[in-house]
Parts: sequence; structure tokens; C-alpha cells
Amino acid sequence: MINIWEVNETNKMIEQDNLDVRTITLGISLLDCIDSDLQKLNDNIYRKITTVAEKLVETGEEIERGYGIPIVNKRISVTPISLIGEAACQTPGDFATIAKTLDRAAKEVGVNFIGGYSALVSKGMTPGDRNLICSIPQALAETERVCSSVNVGSTKTGIDMDAVKLMGEIILKTAQYTKENDSLGCAKLVVFCNAPDDNPFMAGAFHGVTEADAIINVGVSGPGVVKKALEQVRGADFETLCETIKKTAFKITRVGQLVAQEASKRMQVPFGIIDLSLAPTPAIGDSVAEILEEIGLEYAGAPGTTAALALLNDQVKKGGIMASSYVGGLSGAFIPVSEDQGMINAVESGALTLEKLEAMTCVCSVGLDMIAIPGDVPPSTISGIIADEMAIGMINQKTTAVRLIPVIGKGIGETVEFGGLLGHAPVMPVNRFGCDAFINRKGRIPAPVHSFKN
Amino acid sequence: MEKNADRIIITVVGKDTVGIIARVCTYLSEHQINVLDISQTIVQEFFNMMMIADMKNADKQFDQCAGDLERLGEEIGVNIRCQREEIFQKMHRI
Repeated sequence: MINIWEVNETNKMIEQDNLDVRTITLGISLLDCIDSDLQKLNDNIYRKITTVAEKLVETGEEIERGYGIPIVNKRISVTPISLIGEAACQTPGDFATIAKTLDRAAKEVGVNFIGGYSALVSKGMTPGDRNLICSIPQALAETERVCSSVNVGSTKTGIDMDAVKLMGEIILKTAQYTKENDSLGCAKLVVFCNAPDDNPFMAGAFHGVTEADAIINVGVSGPGVVKKALEQVRGADFETLCETIKKTAFKITRVGQLVAQEASKRMQVPFGIIDLSLAPTPAIGDSVAEILEEIGLEYAGAPGTTAALALLNDQVKKGGIMASSYVGGLSGAFIPVSEDQGMINAVESGALTLEKLEAMTCVCSVGLDMIAIPGDVPPSTISGIIADEMAIGMINQKTTAVRLIPVIGKGIGETVEFGGLLGHAPVMPVNRFGCDAFINRKGRIPAPVHSFKN
Repeated sequence: MEKNADRIIITVVGKDTVGIIARVCTYLSEHQINVLDISQTIVQEFFNMMMIADMKNADKQFDQCAGDLERLGEEIGVNIRCQREEIFQKMHRI
């Protein structure tokens, strides 16, 4: 039988160490909504989402009360809208009407974000893909809860550099369209390489075409729990360090597995995957950077950071994989700047630069995330940063992503405030040397060789 | 026995005072909730109790009982929390 110490340990994790389930994300296929009539398409989408997700928030809250575990977000991901809208949308403006429909449906069912305003263009763009991408600035400025992502490369196909160039321009335009809110629109826009079909985390969630009609994916969290466990083994050797992370990850993930199975049973929607990511929040003590400090670094970004992060990420997976029957999504430690107080401190103290963050993304998911940069950078610079990050994903057969926020009207050292889970961020310096001639070449970077790995 | 979905864990944490267990048990017996196990510790005058109970024959829903017990805790001046047992089973047993 369960004993009092075990009960106290679990409840201490929840009450003091910020253990929570970060998100239950309901993936919904919109393939059966496709119509060449735009009005009919919008009606079909609204009806499908509000029917399938009707009980999502209610079910999440029931589970929260039953187990006493907070479930921070209930969200929806849908089939990439470029596929759904291609037959009906002739212009970017047509696509933007679908964004508004998604926003309306999200409000109706009470979820805080809906992901899948997306295009998958890793090898090339159809006219529909291009129209959707061009509509992103308007869509994100005119909606509140819609999240957008564009997959511009993969290990199997290489990188679509035309899309990379376009995304540099689109990110800047999104920043301009939402400049009254510190360019907040860009916080809801991710550029991917090797985007997973079953990611439950925003802003990059979409419901891939390889998925069933509806599916429950769950993202766990718990950097605070890992940090607290590591405090108990301060100064111990690497074996003890790794074992502690693994055991803690196991416990955290088991809670996620329970919540996922329960949600699946109550909603009669199949369980998809658990995403094993350590996802920080701006709350004190809920930080991945603080885990790195606990491992032995003065600040995240100090020499040794990449190795410490690689170790952390790998042990989280080793512990988590055994705890769950299906693992997927991004599954790794997130290192967003604005959403992690330890990362913000590291940037403000001068320990952490964009270049070091790029190195860190080689060993963990997911990429350059929630980084504020000056609003006056040229679009080609943003495209260059995207291309670098995509290359890391392509060559290393992993998911990488870029979520940069060029803050219009703000310069290096100033702070932007996004509020809530998105946090606040200091504007970071960007390498000012040009890459126009590289970005302006047309076409794509070929797929890499899959042998001779060194 | 390990997989009984009707089992709940009740935890009571707060300043020690006369009759905490009695009041909780009275409530449970009034609503046909069977107590399977009780353990308690007192750390620096802080009362810490855990109860495993079975709701199979309970005359109220889990949500209502959890709410009632939370209010009872407020009356006594302690924190009472009700959770389904599965979360602890999942976390601490393979």
C-alpha cells in the first residue's frame, strides 16, 4: 500500500516544486472539412472543432480535481491549414478568414491556444502554401489564440531556401503588424526543421496527416522537481547525478501518462503520445537554466553548458521512456529565453549569447526559442539565423525550430514584456555582418548524405 | 487491490488540535466511505495525516466529498485534500 512518505513526496512536488501537466492537446483532423467553397469550408471547420473538443476543458478540469495535479493548458492542434484551405483559398486574405474561424472555435470551447495554422514546405511551396505563409502576419495580428508554424526543411528532403528567405520577411512583417504589443505575434510563429506530427506544445503544434481523426497528446513539465531532487545530491559524482535525473523524470512522466490515459478514456479519443520535454515557466524555481546551475554552472551559457544540457536531456529521455507506453512530440529540454527566469538572468549577466544558444540547440530540443532581437535587423539576417538552425536539425536528424521576436522600436538591452507563460525578455544582440548574397540564391539545400557520419 | 479505482487518499496537514481525526472519520462514516488505512506523524507541532479510503459504496460523488472535506478543513483550521489513489500508485510503483 502507498505510504505517507510517498504521498508527501508527490504532494510536495505539486505544491512546492511546480509539478504540473503542461498541456493536454487534442489533435483534430480537418481533412474531412475540405471544400472548394470558402464559406462552407469555414462552417465545416468550426463545426468539427466545437463538436470534437466540446468536453476538452471540462474533462481536463475533472482530472485536475480528481488527482490534485494542475493541468495548466488545454489546447487544440489541427491539420496544417495550407492543406485544408488550398482548394478554397485564392489569396492570403482568404486564408486569414480560416484563422478567424479557428480563433472563434478556440474561444467557444475555452482553449487558450489552437495550433496548426501551418504549412509543410520542406521541399517546395504550392500556391496554397505560399498564400498561407503570406497571410501569417495578418492572421496573427487579427486573432488572439491562433498559433502558426512552417516546416521549411527535413533530413530526408534538405532545406527549402526560398521558404527560409520568405520566412525572414514574414517574421519581420508579423513583428510590424503587432508592434503595439511588443511584436507579440512572433511569439506565436515557429519555423521548423523535421517538425513532428504529434507535438502537443505551442506554438508549433499541428495535427499531422499521418495521425488518426482525433488524438490526445500530453506534454509533461517539471524543471522545478528535477532542480529540487538535484539539490539533494549536490557535489555527488556523475553517476549519482544521472540516476537522480532519470528517477525524477520517470516519476514526472508517470503522472503525464496517467492524465493522458484518463483524458483518453473520458473523452473516448485515442491516446497518442507523451511529450517528455522539460518545459520551464517564468515562475521562480521552474527553470531549466537553474537545473544547469545546480549541475555546477555559474550561469547557463558558461563553458560546460552544452555538455550539461546534453546530459540532462538524455537522462530525462531515459527515465521518461520507461514511464510511458508511447513517447513522441519534441521530447527534450526546452531552452526558451523569455519563459525561463534563469535564462533571462544569464542573458542579463552577459553569460548567454545567441551563438551559445545555437550550440545548445545541437543537443536538446527544440531550438532558438522566444529570443527577442532588435526590430531593425534586415530580413536576410533572420533568414540566415533560420538557415543555420535548420541545418543543425537536418544534419543531426532532429527537430530544430526558430521562434525569434524582432521587437519593433526596441534595441539591445531594453526589455519586452509578453505576459503570462510567455514571460519577458531582454533584447539580445545579433551578429551584424551580412548574408544577403547567400539568402538571395534561389532553390534548396540538397538532402544530406545518410552515411559516412563524422 | 492495487488497482481499485474507488480508492482515495485523504491528506490532512496543519496545526495539531483535538479531534481532527474524529471529525474527518465522522464525515466519512456518514457518507459510507470506508477507511482502509491511517498513518500520521507530528513534525514540530504540525499534524500530518494520510488516510486511504474506499468510495465504492459512497453516497456522494468524489467532487462533492472533496469539496466537503476541504470546507471541513477550513472549519478546523487545517488543510484537507482528497486525491484519487492512482496518481500515487503510478508515481511510486512500477
